[in-house]
Amino acid sequence: MKRIYVNEEWCLGCHLCEYNCAFANSGRSDMASALKGKPIFPRIHIEGDERATWAVSCRHCADPICVKCCIAGALSQGEDGVIRIDRTRCVGCFTCVLVCPFGALAPAEDGVMQKCELCLSNACGEPACVKGCPNRAIVYEER
Amino acid sequence: MEHYVIIGNGTAAVSCIEGIRSIDGESPIAVISGERYPAYCRPLISYALEGKASPGSMSQRPADFYEKNGCKVLYGKKAVGIDPEKKTVTLDDGTGLPYTKLCVAAGSSPFVPPMTGLETVEKKFSFMTLDDMLALDAAVGEDSRVLIVGAGLIGLKCAEGLAERVGSLTVCDLAPRVLSSILDEEGAALMQEKLEEHGISFLLGDTADRFEKSRAVMKSGKTVDFDILVLAVGVRANTALVKDIGGAVNRGIVVDSRMRTSIPDVYAAGDCAEGFDNSTGTSRVLAILPNARLQGECAGVNMAGGERTFENAVPLNAVGFFGLHSLTAGSAPEGCEIWEERGPGRIRRLCTKDGFLTGFALIGCEERAGIYTSLIRERIPLDTLDFELLKHSATTAAFSYGERRKEFGGAS
Repeated sequence: MKRIYVNEEWCLGCHLCEYNCAFANSGRSDMASALKGKPIFPRIHIEGDERATWAVSCRHCADPICVKCCIAGALSQGEDGVIRIDRTRCVGCFTCVLVCPFGALAPAEDGVMQKCELCLSNACGEPACVKGCPNRAIVYEER
Repeated sequence: MEHYVIIGNGTAAVSCIEGIRSIDGESPIAVISGERYPAYCRPLISYALEGKASPGSMSQRPADFYEKNGCKVLYGKKAVGIDPEKKTVTLDDGTGLPYTKLCVAAGSSPFVPPMTGLETVEKKFSFMTLDDMLALDAAVGEDSRVLIVGAGLIGLKCAEGLAERVGSLTVCDLAPRVLSSILDEEGAALMQEKLEEHGISFLLGDTADRFEKSRAVMKSGKTVDFDILVLAVGVRANTALVKDIGGAVNRGIVVDSRMRTSIPDVYAAGDCAEGFDNSTGTSRVLAILPNARLQGECAGVNMAGGERTFENAVPLNAVGFFGLHSLTAGSAPEGCEIWEERGPGRIRRLCTKDGFLTGFALIGCEERAGIYTSLIRERIPLDTLDFELLKHSATTAAFSYGERRKEFGGAS
């Protein structure tokens, strides 16, 4: 399946992916009104140190431990391999945070978990982090 | 053609069905369900009490799950015996159910120690099942005085669910702190404080000695008047069916890494079974949902003739009350080294032994905790990553360059 990959040699650590992610999932049409002056809760985050940076988002694992451990049946893996969360079922118990080997799940502002769903069901329609990466460090492809 | 029978209809049972069907799409599966409901997410009962989950939408799987998977579910029936010679399971209505492969996924039951005068208490409840929750839900009112015996996970989640709905709420436990099987003194104190902020009172190091209708007389001599009593002292694995036929049983049913019991063609999974705890290197009951899921699936695959082993179970507990979360995994074996970092309302504690992370506890700093958990589950040697960084935060920056390239860059 197509996944999001990041080439850390090209990652500038500019955090634009975080803003593009938060905007794409905000449901708003104007970036400034969606994000300006507010704390953002992106589903991708930059990690690293002064030597290197890279973006971390859900790996859409073939054998997803988060789905298996979810106590609420909120996480599921579709036939397309994409791992999605039904936020109406999530009770914010943090079990997925406790088991994801990459730290790819975190609560949204409302305390309910959220995760990267590849922008397949929001208005962007393709991963916003990839589309907006100024140095093309983040890519969406089959490997 | 096999005839699969599964005793129980919880998480382990559902996962067992999926395990079987990943190999064998044809043979019939019979599921013996003591409870009247399709498998539901059991840990949600406290959230349902609180109004954060609804009893109607707690199913583990879509409504057509059993039909699609060719399962016949016998609701309201109980297995009372196994005949390993004739290969039948006897039900409480006397029916015999033939099997070629059997999975015991019978779960656990509340343990109620003998307590003087308990029979005089009119409104008393356990808190294990959806029916328990519905009964309690119907019994409480805004003036109810509730006493919960047991400050473990079940008792405290019940308390959280009830806190905003009742007049007063007292939790007692013989242990000197809350969540005594999961947390140490400092961690437990943080969680207790949060619960107390929401009006829950505690009597710790003290427990009900006897009951006189709506009054509990504590060991210390104190008395607690209540309208509603919840008994959440502990649970016991349901091992009798296997024990009765001479199968190996400790605290739970003994299974090997393929979930086989000592009786041929009889498997066990979930809260009734033991598992191999990768963090201690010992077998013990790990009565947690993730373990039920992974054991059930493993049992199912092997029952259907596949090859699957499950050897990296670890204790995992995500426990939160009113927004304060405690995430723990693994264990602190004898002789381990402990690293600890604290701040106001925050504890990060890591246990290492022989160059491996064996356990951790995080309170108020839960971000990316799974990075630690995977180091325990996969037994990753700490000298292959930057453990100094991990001491202060769970971060993928601790991974080696090669590992990062593999996980995030798609390099093989």
